[in-house]
Parts: sequence; C-alpha cells; structure tokens
Amino acid sequence: MADEKELNIQKTEKQEVAQSGAERTRARLAFVPRADIYETNEAIVLVTDMPGVDEKSLDITLEDDVLTINGYVEASYPEGYGLSYGEYRVGDYQRSFTLSNKIDRNKIEATVKDGVLRLYLPKAEPATRKIAIAAG
Amino acid sequence: MLNRTFWGSTTPWDELERLRREMNQVFANFPVLSEARITPGYPAMNVWTNENGAVITAELPGIDPAELDIAVVENTLTLSGERKPLELGEGEVYHRRERGYGKFTRSFQLPFNVEAGNVQAVYEKGVLQITLPRAEADKPRKIAVKAA
Repeated sequence: MADEKELNIQKTEKQEVAQSGAERTRARLAFVPRADIYETNEAIVLVTDMPGVDEKSLDITLEDDVLTINGYVEASYPEGYGLSYGEYRVGDYQRSFTLSNKIDRNKIEATVKDGVLRLYLPKAEPATRKIAIAAG
Repeated sequence: MLNRTFWGSTTPWDELERLRREMNQVFANFPVLSEARITPGYPAMNVWTNENGAVITAELPGIDPAELDIAVVENTLTLSGERKPLELGEGEVYHRRERGYGKFTRSFQLPFNVEAGNVQAVYEKGVLQITLPRAEADKPRKIAVKAA
C-alpha cells in the first residue's frame, strides 16, 4: 500500500522561520513555504504552497540576486466556535532565494491561485557574446 | 566529544550532566519520538466546535475543488482527494522539490451525529472549511426540574 505517492504527501508539518539576528516586526508566527523550483530553457519557475494567501497579501521583491517572498495571512476563526482539536497553526510566510542566473526583471510574472504562488522568472539574454576568430 | 579533555576544568559530574543533555538532544531530534504525535495525516486539520456543530478547516493548497470528495455518515467525516504533481516538459529539470503530492484520505470522527443534508464546504485561497451542523435529534435537551 505504501507506494511512493502515498508517502510523498505525508510531510505536512509547517516549518517555522528560523530567527537569525534581526527579528520580524509583526508579532506573528512565520513559516517557510514549501517550494518546487524547476528550470526550462527560457525561465526558472518557482511554485510555493502558501495556503491563506491571495494576490493582495503577497509581497515579492527582487534585489540584486535575492528574491524574497512575503505572504501575510490574516487568521480567520469561525465565529462562535472554540478550537477543540488543532493540528496546524496559521501564520505568515517568508522565504528568500538567491538566483544564480541573470533574470530579465521586466518580464517576471507572478500568479496566485488556490493558495499556490507561481513565479515565472525569464532568463535574460546572455550579455557576453562569443567572438568567432577567423583563421588568418 | 572525544577530543575533549575529560579532566580539564570540568568535573566528571559536569561531564555526565553534559552527556545526559546531549542524549536528550539526540532523542528530541528523532522524528518518530518528537513529531509523530503532531503529524497524524494529510491534510492537517483544525476542529472547531460549539453546541450546534463543528467547523473543520484544512490547508489544501492547489487542489481542484471538483476533485475533492467529502462524505458524511452519521458522525464520521471522510475527506479524500488528490494533489497532482507538476507536469514538467521535455528538457525541464527540478532544482528543488519539496511540495508533497499524491492521493489522500482522511476520516474524522465527531462526538455527535451530523445533519448530513446541511453540510457546507467552502474552498478559498487553498483552505477548505467544512461546516457540520449537529443533527437535531442529537442535540442536548434541557430538562426542566419540577418542584414536587
């Protein structure tokens, strides 16, 4: 029964953002969203799971080669109910990546659907050109 | 640990105490012992209750709600579905792969029978919220005490 597919989904626990020196200003939990990153011929595509986030509560910046994703989640609790059993916690999302390839900044596309962020980072045209040397 | 001089500035008792702390650390890092109780299945659920019923929330990002199957029988809720992996084309390679995928099924037993006809489920921003009203026949009844 325990084939690879079944096992693969079992990683459910959210990983909290490690405190490293500077603290966050928002007194709220922050989690590291799980990410898939893949490369195509034209681009690098980043897909992250951020349940509770929509296009209004996302903040993405690219500074030098560091891409930072911030997702802000307003925890909403069902009114008139009390929590009787809890398995997961709700909080913001924060994660940074260093991009190794040069990215065409003007053509970055970001979409978010059903709590999944998809970032399309097109590669820039290579700035250096190979120079052919003619035999003299 | 072995490079440390045993008889340095510490006494053997300090050393034993340090060893005990290190062993605790080892066990704390052991996932089976420390995490098993808080990761019982996928998806993780939060259950909210009051006297009229329950609300269950689950984080299920990137799922087609049409393929989510929610079934309620008496006091048991069963949630099943599938999270599909990304489909990569020719020549596309993963740099990182952390998101889980696959089929899942989870059952949850509530402390009351559910009015199955009035169950509501909303899927928004990757969060599923299921409202399960308590069956009328199952609600607690107030008993008036008559004066003799």
